[in-house]
Amino acid sequence: MKVIVELQNIGMKYQSLNGEIPALENINLEVYEGEFVSIVGPSGCGKSTLLSIISGLLAPTSGNVLIEGEQVTGPSKKVGYMLQKDHLFDWRTIMQNVLLGLEIQKSVTPSAKQYAEHLLRTYGLIEFAHKYPSQLSGGMRQRAALIRTLVTNPQILLLDEAFSALDYQTRLAVNDDIYDIIKKEHKTAIMVTHDIAESISMSDRVIVLTRRPGTVKSVHEINFQLDNRTPLKSRKVPKFQNVFECIWKELDVHV
Amino acid sequence: MFSLRQKDNSDLVPETISLEHKKYLKSVQRQKLLVRFTQIMILVLAFGLWELLASLKIVDPFITSQPSRIIKTINTLYQEGALLHHIYITCLETIIGFVLGTVLGTVIAIILWWSDFISKVAEPYLVILNSLPKIALGPIFIVWIGAGPAAIIAMTLAISLIVTILEVLNGFLVIDKEKIKLVQTFGGTKLQVMTKVILPASLPTIINALKINVGLSWVGVIVGEFLVSKAGLGYLIVYGGQVFKLDLVMTSVLILCIAAALMYQGVVYLEKLLITRHRE
Ligand SMILES: Nc1ncnc2c1ncn2[C@@H]1O[C@H](COP(=O)(O)OP(=O)(O)O)[C@@H](O)[C@H]1O
Ligand SMILES: [Mg+2]
Repeated sequence: MKVIVELQNIGMKYQSLNGEIPALENINLEVYEGEFVSIVGPSGCGKSTLLSIISGLLAPTSGNVLIEGEQVTGPSKKVGYMLQKDHLFDWRTIMQNVLLGLEIQKSVTPSAKQYAEHLLRTYGLIEFAHKYPSQLSGGMRQRAALIRTLVTNPQILLLDEAFSALDYQTRLAVNDDIYDIIKKEHKTAIMVTHDIAESISMSDRVIVLTRRPGTVKSVHEINFQLDNRTPLKSRKVPKFQNVFECIWKELDVHV
Repeated sequence: MFSLRQKDNSDLVPETISLEHKKYLKSVQRQKLLVRFTQIMILVLAFGLWELLASLKIVDPFITSQPSRIIKTINTLYQEGALLHHIYITCLETIIGFVLGTVLGTVIAIILWWSDFISKVAEPYLVILNSLPKIALGPIFIVWIGAGPAAIIAMTLAISLIVTILEVLNGFLVIDKEKIKLVQTFGGTKLQVMTKVILPASLPTIINALKINVGLSWVGVIVGEFLVSKAGLGYLIVYGGQVFKLDLVMTSVLILCIAAALMYQGVVYLEKLLITRHRE
């Protein structure tokens, strides 16, 4: 399989007047094309920092990020980013929201618009194209946010706690929803979450980070040998619980 | 939906609405009517009492004026052709000051948002200027700019500008950083962050600044006219006071009330036009 994202010795230190905060240390990771990788770790261990570095929004203090062999120096069209909240702009219709990325990249073409329409239709939002975000449910909003990212046609999706703002019921449904879309569109995904179950249910590999400064503590291959795997189906596999407990112990949460 | 219903005639409400809901709607409507009725009654009573007391010479109409004399004064001013002229002058000065204050204030807020350095340098100056009673600057403007409409507009700007800058800048700064990050993840530049997020997201704040500015602009213009003018409602008030024509003073104040209220309503209407449509 082809490596699409490669992290080499990534280290990150934040500077502040009170001193230096080491956020990440010596992170090495290869992500393969089409893979779904989750990163879990205690809060504050540098997960968001790592995604920002991969996206090119933040330069690491040491190490390199390679995407398809090329060094990352700034935001790239190959990478799409999904944030914790949908951040749909309430002064734009869903269609206008979905076109935001293209507008910024100055590539709103008729064919791009058609692609946006195609995605909205395929994923059940076409009737809402000219409605405002407040008229959509939480799950639909998250779907619209994903479409906004997909429209710019990135190969790699970064998801930063993208579901944590949703209530539990909606979240399970949206997990399935988004997983389905990511697989159908053949994207590579790197997802940060603090929800162990969510990470196991969606990914091919779960990376566990240590406390700050975050380094890779362990890697879990998830292979439940399911036909037409979905997050919900994965949750029902008996082995799921074993993996869950294993990661839970590694995270070493003290209350 | 609901607010429309309230305005509807209650017998237009569809059958499907339950009896309780109908009752509720009716009581809301009755409440509204009662409030409006009381408001009007207070006005009528106040003017009626004023007229009555002055007619019976319980108060001296020479000092308090009286509604019938106000109407007479409006009529005379109108016949002389002076009324509309004075209203026009004052409204024009206010609108110019108001628009200038809002536009300049927003532009300066954008500059301060853009450059952290400029913003840090400007901070103490803004704080001091904000706490300074701007009326103290009046004589300086008169000497520098001359006793005319320009000085009046400068006075208006002095009063409204700093408040606008601070209000709008604060609006910029409370916008969710993640929204800015979103634009950056698409490779957006600082200018795009400004045009795609900061400005549209701040529209409600800017409109709010407009509302405050309407009031401040009136203060600025009237103070300015007190100091320098040869025409306008502020001039009529000062002149009326000096020659002890309280009819003229009261008339001008009354017209001022109406003009200020109309202008405020204009901004409220603008707000509805620009915002409510999107955010329902
Ligand atoms: N811009 C910043 N300046 C200084 N410290 C930061 C900054 N961003 C994050 N940090 C610190 O770095 C650590 C990692 O943050 P983050 O990547 O957001 O963690 P996570 O997403 O895993 O919760 C935290 O301790 C946080 O306080
Ligand atoms: Mg985080």
